[in-house]
Order: sequence, then C-alpha cells, then structure tokens
Amino acid sequence: MAEQLQVDRIRCDGHGLCAELLPEMITLDDWGFPIVRSGAIPARLSEHAQQAVNACPVLALRLARASH
Amino acid sequence: MASLLGGAVGPVPALTGGQLIDRLEAANLLGRGGAGFPVGRKWRAVAERGQGRAVVLANGAEGEPLSAKDRTLMAARPHLVIDGAVLAADAVGAPDIIFYVGAAHHAAEAAVRQALGQRSNQLKQRVRVVPAPAGYVTGEESSAVHFINGGDARPTTTPPRPFERGVDGRPTLVQNVETLAMAALIARGDVGKTGLVTVSGSIRNPGVKEIDFESTLGDVATAAGGLARAPQAVLLGGYFGGWAPIDEVWALPIEPQSLRARGLTFACGVVHFLAEDACGVEATARIMAYLASQSARQCGPCVFGLSAIGECLRRLAARSPQVSDLDRLTTWSGQLEGRGACKHPDGAAGLLRSALGVFADDFEAHQQRRCLRRQPARPAMVQPLAAVA
Repeated sequence: MAEQLQVDRIRCDGHGLCAELLPEMITLDDWGFPIVRSGAIPARLSEHAQQAVNACPVLALRLARASH
Repeated sequence: MASLLGGAVGPVPALTGGQLIDRLEAANLLGRGGAGFPVGRKWRAVAERGQGRAVVLANGAEGEPLSAKDRTLMAARPHLVIDGAVLAADAVGAPDIIFYVGAAHHAAEAAVRQALGQRSNQLKQRVRVVPAPAGYVTGEESSAVHFINGGDARPTTTPPRPFERGVDGRPTLVQNVETLAMAALIARGDVGKTGLVTVSGSIRNPGVKEIDFESTLGDVATAAGGLARAPQAVLLGGYFGGWAPIDEVWALPIEPQSLRARGLTFACGVVHFLAEDACGVEATARIMAYLASQSARQCGPCVFGLSAIGECLRRLAARSPQVSDLDRLTTWSGQLEGRGACKHPDGAAGLLRSALGVFADDFEAHQQRRCLRRQPARPAMVQPLAAVA
C-alpha cells in the first residue's frame, strides 16, 4: 500500500530530525520547518520514512495512505 | 425580479432537500465566502453523513478588511439569509442552526436577531446567534467550529473537516451568509447569476454593489461611480486574492469561473483599484504586515514565514532593503503552500506571488532603492481611460 508523509503543522516545532533522517523527501525552510515532497514514498525509502516518523519528538509526522 | 439586496421575495416554495440541491447544482452555485467550493456538493456531503443530526453554521464573521458585503447583506436582508439557512438545514438534516456574526458588525447582528424574533417559536428554538471574535482567521471554518465548541477561534488540524466532525462532533455545514441568501433566491427560481462585490481604492463611490456576473470589471467600476484616478492594477478577491494588471482584466467578465480559468480569483468579491501613481510594493507591504499580524501563531511556516516576508517587504517598501531581499521573497513565495493547518500561509503566498509578477519593475526598482511611482522630478502622467478600456 503506497503511503505518504503528513505533517501536523500545529504540533510541529521545527526540530528538524525528520529532514536529517529522510533528506530525499524532506528539506527544511529558513526557519527549520519541514518542506515535504508530496506523493507516495518510494519503497526503497519506506524504512527511512518510518524512522523519521518515529524520531519526531512531538509526534507531528505520520504516514498516511496515499490519496488518489 | 428580486436580487440579493433588493426586491420583494415571495414565500419559499415547497421543495424537497434533494430537489433544492439539484437546483443549486443546475445553477452551478459556488460558495461566496472565498474558497468558491461547489455548494450542492457540500450540502450532499453533509446530508450523507448527517443522519438527521447535522448542524448549519451560517458564516457572517467577515474578517476580510476590504470586504463589507456580508454585514451589508445581513443588515439589509436578514430574512433572506435566514431563509437560506433554514433551507440548508432542512436539506442536510440539521435540527440546529448557528448564525456566526462578526462581533463588530453591530447592525448586522441586530438585524439578524430582530428578524429571528419575527419567526416561529419552533424556528427560534433551533437557532442561536454567536458573535465571532474579530480577526482574519476567526471565520475560517475550523476556527469557527472550534470557537463554538468552547475553544479559541483558531484553526484546527484537518481532517476531520467540519462536514465530517464539526459542532459538538456532528457533521456541520459551514456556509457563507451570501451563499445561503443566494440559495434562498435559487429555491424561488432565480438563476443565481448575481453576486455582491465590495469596491474600494481609486473609485468615486466605493462600497458594496450587487453585480451581474456577466459584467466586466469596467462595468463594476462604472457601478461604483467610475474611477477616481487612472488605475494600474486591481486586487481581486481581497488579501487572499491576487493583483492583476488593469489592462489585462478590464474587459473580463467578473464571473468566478471565468476568472479562475485565467488564474485569478473572485473569492469573496473584493475589487480594489490601485491608482497609477500609487506604489504596488507599498500596498503589498501593508497587506502582508496585516496578514503576518493575523497568523493564529500555531504553525511554524506561517509564524516565521509571514513575519519574515512582512519584514522583507517593509524594508523594500521603505527603499532600504538588504542585499538579497527580493530574491528571498521570490524563494519564500513558493515555499508556503500547504504548510499550515489552515490556508492562511497559502493565501498570503498567493498574494505575494501575484505582486512579484504584476509589480516586477517596481520591486526591482525598490531593491535598487528607487521608486518608480514617487520620484520627485517625475511629471504627472494621466492615462486616459480609453487606453485601458
């Protein structure tokens, strides 16, 4: 099942661990908040995506079923 | 023929909810609050989930600084708005109706309360009036629901959206008051092709006008008494809308879908003319300072991004920019979309992108510490209206 990343923007405090663990899909803006590439997570990155989700100290990042 | 702001309307004809929704879809009615979502589809979505316990939230918060059409409508035609809310409630299966009216819009609130007082006891028991706190985002639909549920009037993370889980956890139809009034006209056989606009800026007789959607922007200016000074650009749709060069849009019909097809927006019907000798960089800086101040301060990209953009624009407008302020603005304008719980950063970024395009020469000049509009030696230039017509 294809999955995509979702950020709870209200929870996110810009710790930036997600971008460290998944730079292929997440970059940080000038203030340290994530810019997430949209679309399904490629299979080769799914383990890294899960690690990024697990690493978020405020549980703001999650995996959701890809829409469309 | 009755219209939104005038003319006698007869009794509401007996229609089933399904018949009314069919009519709204046939009329292709789009929401008038800003997002322009198809109304029939929204009502169906709530009706499907409502199971007779939905809520209708008539949204008259109207926090957009350049808009006055919702308060004008509620003050002038409260019964039409109430008719629309009742029709919506019956169509989606909502026992309860809430009128969410900007707390500063005193005449509107008084008119709605008085009109409700003239309705049946049965209806009165279904209805509440809730004053909406002042602010740009308090009318955003999840803000409105959160406030009515006892929270503060700030957006919440979605999903769930209000049509799924809204007031008291029930499916909730949040619909702008003009949209509801138009639904009440369509129920009576109107084709739904007029709308309210608020005209401001370089115009002789600013204010709220009802216009036919086939009208061009030039017709709108005429309806508002004609231009005061030759314009260079127009802000369509308010602070979440966009700037357009006057000569590109002057002859265009104002109809929401035709504007959208050209990458423009009707949104809540704001039309603001910027005079030829006014500076678009300064005008945009003022708007962005306001939007930054109105962030609900919940999401990082909005809190930091909008305030940085506002500062950048302030320096540029004052012709004292840092070296790469214009480059920074360009980068940031493409980074904010979809990065807030609500659409506040999206709206601000869209406005900024339009400004960077329409006022490109002005921005370049300001980065060089000059202003194309306010050079002391520059001779007065009056552009004949024929040139833009």
